[in-house]
Amino acid sequence: MPDRFERPGVLHFTAYVALIAFVIWSFQGAGFSFSALVSGGPALTDFLSRAWPPSLDRLPQLSKALVETFQMALAGTIIGIVLSLPLAILAAKGLTRQTMVSRPIYTAARLLIALFRTVPDLVWALIFVIAVGLGPFAGTLAIAVDTIGFCGRFFAESMEDVEKGPSEALTAAGAGRLDTIFCAVVPAAMPSFITTSLFALEKATRSSVVLGLVGAGGIGIELKVAMDFFDYQLAMTIILMIFVLVLCVERLGTLARSRILEGSSQ
Amino acid sequence: MAQALLQPAGAIAPAVPTLQPATGSPCDLKVEGLCKSFGREKNVLSGVSFSVGRREAVALIGSNGAGKSTALRCALRLIEPEAGSVLLFGEDISAARQYQLRRVRAEVGFVFQKHNLVPRVSALTNVIHGNLGRNGGLRGWSQLLASAGLRERAMACLERVGLADHAMKRADQLSGGQSQRVAIARALMQQPRMIVADEPVASLDPVAGQEVMDLFHQLTREEGITLLFTSHNVQQALDYSDRILAIRQGEVVLDEDSRVLSAADLGHHYG
Repeated sequence: MPDRFERPGVLHFTAYVALIAFVIWSFQGAGFSFSALVSGGPALTDFLSRAWPPSLDRLPQLSKALVETFQMALAGTIIGIVLSLPLAILAAKGLTRQTMVSRPIYTAARLLIALFRTVPDLVWALIFVIAVGLGPFAGTLAIAVDTIGFCGRFFAESMEDVEKGPSEALTAAGAGRLDTIFCAVVPAAMPSFITTSLFALEKATRSSVVLGLVGAGGIGIELKVAMDFFDYQLAMTIILMIFVLVLCVERLGTLARSRILEGSSQ
Repeated sequence: MAQALLQPAGAIAPAVPTLQPATGSPCDLKVEGLCKSFGREKNVLSGVSFSVGRREAVALIGSNGAGKSTALRCALRLIEPEAGSVLLFGEDISAARQYQLRRVRAEVGFVFQKHNLVPRVSALTNVIHGNLGRNGGLRGWSQLLASAGLRERAMACLERVGLADHAMKRADQLSGGQSQRVAIARALMQQPRMIVADEPVASLDPVAGQEVMDLFHQLTREEGITLLFTSHNVQQALDYSDRILAIRQGEVVLDEDSRVLSAADLGHHYG
């Protein structure tokens, strides 16, 4: 009978112990406390009891803010998708010819995408509030930049992964590089582009709620004000409205994905 | 001529004039001393030399890994050879720049074993793509954007391969034989002086394969297009070529008129 587990060597054993210690240390640093969780139960129940039933007093104003939130998300996503495509082409390995000029452009495009992706959208919102002032435009720009980071990476990767045969066929027929990219690579990567874009819209809808907290427009600011004034019934209304909006966008996204991917030919 | 047959009345003439053969050059393609190796794999091609005459049908045979496909790709510089020279329609393309290469490649229809069609677009759009070498840009990207003349020419090419009624079908919904015929229509859209076909029937059933080879035969005999194709089928190579080249371990070991060869003569090149 073989052993159920292979006995680890000293080095492996030390590594396992170090890993467990690292996880425990992280939980301590995160202030994780079961007692706080248990003692917080009554406060949570109190919040829920004070938040129910939701207040419908400001429903028209909140609906307007919710629509603005979605408008920010949609506009930001569209701007982001449009701008991410050329950036992704420049950042995709093997798509552009490797020359003295194209190599630094490739590196710059990848770095730019990495910068847009790694800096959180809330930070972009703070920067754009400084740049263009309070309101939905700052939020839209923040979402656009975040979308460029998200879509740029996935668009580039999907173009790198497409089958090379059609590109080779068009190159053999004398087609130029741009023609080859738009005729062979982009259509092959289109299902992935559509999926990524719809995920980006869902992500942007969730983000646009939070961006309002720093003054970048939308319903987020309404939520912050309601919580600051302990108007929990209004806060509950806003939370439920956000839930419905995000759910609708996700459902529509799923529906659109399946419809478009079945799609007709060009 | 193919150009005449495929040019319907009122069609727009290609903006780039077709290359004129160099005076006194009897060959459409002449390669000399092609060498190529991939990484640690030693010498896939070791000094391959051959020529293909105007309006000639030449079969290139050899076992798997003999270097047939690499030779074809090096001849069009789809793969860069390490040494050797290539004369295409009398032009030395060995050191040609990209724009010069594109102009010459536009004259050669390359048909691949796996047809290499763009999958999510229509057969018609795929055929229109054949014109990109002569006229690039938005108009050639899709049948939705193409001019009436371009669409007409593409439809004529599809009709030529018997698939006009499949024009709007998506390429990934066509059978293997149909896909290969669309790939040939795409090559015809180039108004080629030469077709290079890399094992064009290897992934097809015998009936579809026969149809495709008959189509090549028509194009060479009736329309005067030069043909260079690779094949594993010795009998097919004998039936559809004027001359047979055999390649073994990266070297051309046979260059003979098909009429004086038999299947038995060629069998040992697959050893």
